[in-house]
Amino acid sequence: MTETFVSYSLIAVYSAMAIYTLAFVMFAVDLARRSAESSDASAARATGLASASAQQASVMVNGSSVGGTDTLTTAGASESKIVAHSPKSLKLAMAMTVLAWVLHVGAVIFRGVAANRVPWANMFEFTLTATALIVGVFLIVQFWQDLRFLGSFITGFVLIALGVGTSSFYVDVVPLPPALQSAWLVIHVFVASLSTGFFALAASLSIVQLMQARREAGKALKLRFLDTLPAADRLETLAYRLTVVGFVMWTFTLIAGAVWAERAWGRYWGWDTKEVWTFIIWTLYAGYIHARATRGWRGSRSAWLAIVGFLAIVFNFTVVNLFFKGLHAYSGL
Amino acid sequence: MTEGDATRPSDHMDAPAPAPQSKVQQPRLNLAGYARFFWRQLTSMRTALFLLLLLAVAAIPGSLVPQITSDPNGVIAYRTNYPDTAAVLDFFQVFNTYTSVWFSSIYLLLFISLIGCVLPRTKHHFDALRASPPKTPARLSRLQGFTTRTTEADVDTTIASARRLLRSQRYRTELYGDSVSAERGYLRETGNLVFHAALVGVLVTVGIGGGFGYTGQRVVVEGYAFSNSLASYDSFNPGRFFTDEALDPYTVALDSFEPVYEQNNRQAIGQAIDFTANVTTTVRGEEPQQSQIKVNEPLSLSGTNLYLLGNGYAPVLTVRDADEKVIWSQPTPCLPFDANLGSTCVIKIPDGLDQQIGMLGFLYPTTGTLSSGALASVYPDLISPVLTLEVYEGDLGLDNGQGSNAYALNTDSLEQVAGRTSEAETLRLTPGDRLELPNDLGSVELTSIPRFVSLDVHHDPSQLPVLLFSVLLFAGLITSLFVPRRRMWVSARTDASGTTTIEYAALARGDDPNLEAAVTDFAEKHSQQLGVRVDS
Ligand code: HEM
Repeated sequence: MTETFVSYSLIAVYSAMAIYTLAFVMFAVDLARRSAESSDASAARATGLASASAQQASVMVNGSSVGGTDTLTTAGASESKIVAHSPKSLKLAMAMTVLAWVLHVGAVIFRGVAANRVPWANMFEFTLTATALIVGVFLIVQFWQDLRFLGSFITGFVLIALGVGTSSFYVDVVPLPPALQSAWLVIHVFVASLSTGFFALAASLSIVQLMQARREAGKALKLRFLDTLPAADRLETLAYRLTVVGFVMWTFTLIAGAVWAERAWGRYWGWDTKEVWTFIIWTLYAGYIHARATRGWRGSRSAWLAIVGFLAIVFNFTVVNLFFKGLHAYSGL
Repeated sequence: MTEGDATRPSDHMDAPAPAPQSKVQQPRLNLAGYARFFWRQLTSMRTALFLLLLLAVAAIPGSLVPQITSDPNGVIAYRTNYPDTAAVLDFFQVFNTYTSVWFSSIYLLLFISLIGCVLPRTKHHFDALRASPPKTPARLSRLQGFTTRTTEADVDTTIASARRLLRSQRYRTELYGDSVSAERGYLRETGNLVFHAALVGVLVTVGIGGGFGYTGQRVVVEGYAFSNSLASYDSFNPGRFFTDEALDPYTVALDSFEPVYEQNNRQAIGQAIDFTANVTTTVRGEEPQQSQIKVNEPLSLSGTNLYLLGNGYAPVLTVRDADEKVIWSQPTPCLPFDANLGSTCVIKIPDGLDQQIGMLGFLYPTTGTLSSGALASVYPDLISPVLTLEVYEGDLGLDNGQGSNAYALNTDSLEQVAGRTSEAETLRLTPGDRLELPNDLGSVELTSIPRFVSLDVHHDPSQLPVLLFSVLLFAGLITSLFVPRRRMWVSARTDASGTTTIEYAALARGDDPNLEAAVTDFAEKHSQQLGVRVDS
């Protein structure tokens, strides 16, 4: 029985990867479309048809909601032209992401059923589940803000992670060692993975923010799709709000981890390598929050901190798990 | 965020922008001036940020190099493998990163900065809690969420009802002429202060509370007991303020140890699934009690916790001299070296035979044979055990006054009399077997193979306070990040025709995603209450 479910899980995840690939391509096509349209817009401006500034265009993009039609209230003729093209590539990309995600979640569930426990007890399973959560956060956040333009970042990242996960981290279903048999496995690891979802999204926003800031500073950046995206300070606000949610979860992870460590290892904090890196990441993000409140640090500098924070998370998950010695020897490899 | 907040560090986003200073006019600083300058620097946001990032970087080396506290054997191995690097690392206290002078300096500075930053803000916040909301700005139209409505009601009615509505939304209000000024979300700042204060609480309780605690390790064999007293521990680490009286002399007897190993899943045959230690505990003046200790389920006993951290086998050997007299019969805990509990055993018999003898054993709980012909354990449970013994005679080196490691045999002054390098073969025993020792020394019998557990006993009075501070910290964090703090103003003016125009506007203090929606909502509700004629 176990083997059947394991193979269902693998089939589902491979299919999801195939569809994520298509979604990634469509998101890229959408960025190309944005570039093209922003040139149209500047052409329109040049002929004096209307006053479509990139600024206004971006305001408009902010205002649109998921799947909703982009309605304009203050824009002139050329803006309507920008949005009159229904972004088919974008809708298609989103639809494929949703489809892939459903399969992806299916893979997670089958894995859990096969193992008869939560499917996040070794590196392969963490990868599978955490990436599903990253995409899940990406999809759900759309109800709050239109962040579809991050699609290529997110699907790209998730594809790489799943590629490495299925090829290099794969392990068979084995029972949990006694130290992992705890309700804290369910809570602590789940919340940690969920927070990476928020941090991933925030980091991609910060990357776009840095690009946008360069463009706004007049540096030549040949990425015209940036014209259609929100302004840098708007991107920063969004990144900040997502980071803060991630940070609260990370704080919880840290505290819950300490409580669990007390149960399992007899002390709540012992500077085990994994504990050290969880602390480093926490401190980096606390730094980010401070930076945002420090004159001279808001803007690109704090964006770099958010990116470094996310790199530390990836590092913690890969290099620390695989090559650093410690009590958290649960990669299963 | 136009308005300054005097008690925040001067480089906080919300503080008033610094006036441009010309270098020439800077007053000369006296000592007090320098002190104040230094203090201002230390408690600035920029310093806090710098120290936070420095702390993150400073924590890295401790994850790359083994630490004495978490991985003592790793440190020993590192010292042997890289003596030169180790000397440098020792100089910089890298094997003790988290208690090193440099790491401690960083976090102590950070916490001084934190206290210096939080104290004045706390005072200011207490004042703010009692003060009234600030005067209504002259031109609301410049503020966020500005919107207007018109009504037939007169100004007084309008303002009075606005105030009532604001109060019902938990705003603090104050009337200024024909306007009402309101503020809410003081909890945001409270949360922030609680958060930072709780951080200090965590640090202090870890530092002080930990000093009163202790940890002790003890190996206990099935059928044996140990008591919570200094003498009976194999190793013991007292906190800084520890005294002997802290030990409550209870006893713990290990009745049995029951492991469960995977038998069906072919990918994981022999993997441990469950460990249970059944114990009988006796606390002074009470009846003995039966309990269990499991991984993840420590046993609490008069202020201490007992953790099950390891297990293995402790074969009982019975050694008789040439006259059949039993001179040795006791269990020897063996150190597992692989996942199938293949273990090494060291037995030292200093007295009773003509010669001191030492025995080096290998225990295979379920014995298999490798293609090389060597024995190996293929499953951790006790199914077909074999114990092999190499026997040495000579001087065990126990009398030279130096403490010796019970798990290692120093063969410098010993001669192998049975084993690979001697004439007699390695002894090979299964339970119940009895074999002659070489040179007519006597005999050795493998009497039984009980199991042992290694228990950690911890007493840590800081645990509960640290947990409480962590909960406070978390609650403070959430409040501080998600409670919106905002000011709202409603002002009204009646024109000649008798129509009253109401203006609404707000100001966010800190991140406030829903500010504009909040103003619109409020205007909507308020004008509905008044009975609106026209919506503008
Ligand atoms: C152990 C060191 C510190 C840590 C871990 C830390 C962490 C944090 C965190 C997580 C926040 C965001 C949550 C909140 O607003 O409550 C925050 C906010 C804040 N911290 Fe700290 N902090 C530290 C030290 C300091 C110091 C030394 C100062 C003063 C210089 C300071 C001043 C502030 C201020 C003013 C805010 C509010 C930021 C805002 O207005 O958005 N903190 N801190």
